[in-house]
Amino acid sequence: MPGAIYAEGLVKTFGKVRALDGVDLDVPEGTVLGLLGPNGAGKTTAVRVLTTLLRPDSGRAVVAGLDVLHKPNEVRRSIGLSGQFAAVDEYLTGRENLQMVGQLYQMSARAAKARAGELLERFNLAEAADRPSKTYSGGMRRRLDLAAALVVSPPVMFMDEPTTGLDPRNRQQLWEVIQELVAGGTTLLLTTQYLEEADHLAHDIAVIDHGRVIARGTSDELKAQTGGERVEVVVHDRQQLTPATEILNRFGRGETTVEQHTRKITVPVAGGAKLLAEVIRDLDAQGVEIDDIGLRRPTLDDVFISLTGHAAEAGPGENGNNGNGGPDAAKEMEAAL
Amino acid sequence: MTTATEVSTKLAAPVPRGGIAQSVRDSLVVARRNLIRMMRIPEVVVFGLVQPIMFVVLFSYVFGGAIGVPGSSGPADSEVYREFLMAGIFAQTVTFATAGAGAGIADDMHKGLIDRFRSLPMSRGAVLTGRTLADLAQSALTLVVLALVALLIGWRAHNGVVDMLAGFGLLLLLGYAFSWIGALIGLTVRTPEAATSGGLIWLFPLTFVSIAFVPSSSMPTVLQHIAEWNPFSATVQATRELFGNLPAGYPVPDAWPMQHPVLASAIWSVLIIMFFRTLAVRKYRSATA
Repeated sequence: MPGAIYAEGLVKTFGKVRALDGVDLDVPEGTVLGLLGPNGAGKTTAVRVLTTLLRPDSGRAVVAGLDVLHKPNEVRRSIGLSGQFAAVDEYLTGRENLQMVGQLYQMSARAAKARAGELLERFNLAEAADRPSKTYSGGMRRRLDLAAALVVSPPVMFMDEPTTGLDPRNRQQLWEVIQELVAGGTTLLLTTQYLEEADHLAHDIAVIDHGRVIARGTSDELKAQTGGERVEVVVHDRQQLTPATEILNRFGRGETTVEQHTRKITVPVAGGAKLLAEVIRDLDAQGVEIDDIGLRRPTLDDVFISLTGHAAEAGPGENGNNGNGGPDAAKEMEAAL
Repeated sequence: MTTATEVSTKLAAPVPRGGIAQSVRDSLVVARRNLIRMMRIPEVVVFGLVQPIMFVVLFSYVFGGAIGVPGSSGPADSEVYREFLMAGIFAQTVTFATAGAGAGIADDMHKGLIDRFRSLPMSRGAVLTGRTLADLAQSALTLVVLALVALLIGWRAHNGVVDMLAGFGLLLLLGYAFSWIGALIGLTVRTPEAATSGGLIWLFPLTFVSIAFVPSSSMPTVLQHIAEWNPFSATVQATRELFGNLPAGYPVPDAWPMQHPVLASAIWSVLIIMFFRTLAVRKYRSATA
């Protein structure tokens, strides 16, 4: 049985650019998939196809057991979408925004009102509930947007770069909300260009670049795929590079690299901390004096660079906008075009 | 494959009632939202009033003395022109609401609200219908204020309440029809600014190459034909007839819409709604910000 979100061979072209070039996805119910990729990789296009906003040129997608192309309206009843920027009406109060969305999800006016009250409490917006959302901070607007996506407690959620443009504190808060949500059994597809975010929130990660999924797996699997752990040793004296290299070769699972000028030896290993202890003992026994030694695990950054040949994020400074940044979406569209 | 029972448990939102009932309800929910916005940004409504009032003053007192209305004569001329003019100003005012609809929808696209609406299980035409209905309400309010100003400068509706209401009804229908053109423009351009200018530019030739401000008999032949078949002229002529604002000897042009202006006005407006509503809703379904 396909997962709560399932896609097969999605292709979407804008002019000459293949924004999606045969994307397959499978997200089991109750799990989080992090769709990780740089600007213009096709993340937003994938989300737009899965949320019925865009028809793919070819391919198939099933969300909550419903075919996206043939039953779009039924799909819409089962999903919540929190887009790339806070899609709330700034002249409406937080409460009015949520009530409107509830009614458009076909709830009765009374049910929508009650639900709006609940969500405002839960998202810590009760005090600001009756102020136009124009007066909200970026973080509050984001929370309101997320609340709007949760009005009917949809079983499947899509979040397109939910924390882009938020400061670290607001990001942390939003992460907590998302974790709570997932603990409640919601299936979530989350796009992000922050590797840390994918590491933190997602069970599985699909790395997407130029419209293709170029790697997938858990965060640990991806890291292992990039080369796994390695021991790095900096010897005190350049004379000792040779004996130290001989010792490390005994433990190594691959090619040992030696950097003469920094006196650093790096060797891929398997065996973790226990092995590190042995390495230290042997070096000591041979009288090799060391300045630094450590077991290094690759970060998702390493994974990303080794997979795509370029770094993932432009840095929060460049991307950090005011939180309702239409321009950011435009940027991704342009990049996709 | 997933069985039917599993599917039904996964549907979080209530079952839509579907059909026209849902369409109407969804449209009213969106209309309410747009009306709340208008109340919170009263400047828009106020500026919407300033322009027609300015036009009334300009045309009545600056150009009025120089523009003759056939069929009238003598020193009462400028008073005759003021009455003649008002239907034109009324009609121009409701058509200018077009730009508002366009800018509003372009703004919703730009801010991602259209994406949100499109991801909801709501009726496909409701976002646009709600917007155009709210603009209709705004036009009605504007017409009331403008009519009061017109009364102050001596305009009267001479044929009784029923004809007067029919006249205003045709004006609002024209405004509603044009707001669908605005909706289509708003969905097509990329920014609210472009929607505002794009929504206004074509209104100038449309409203001036018409019988609204000067009689068609004063124009070159080609323009004369365009003016007499212009949907905008039909409504202006119909309103003038219904308000009794034509001087007794006014030579009505021979063109069919000028001879049957009430019917022509209604037909034009309905055709515009049908055509542009279809295009706009189709555009909305595939809208991408």
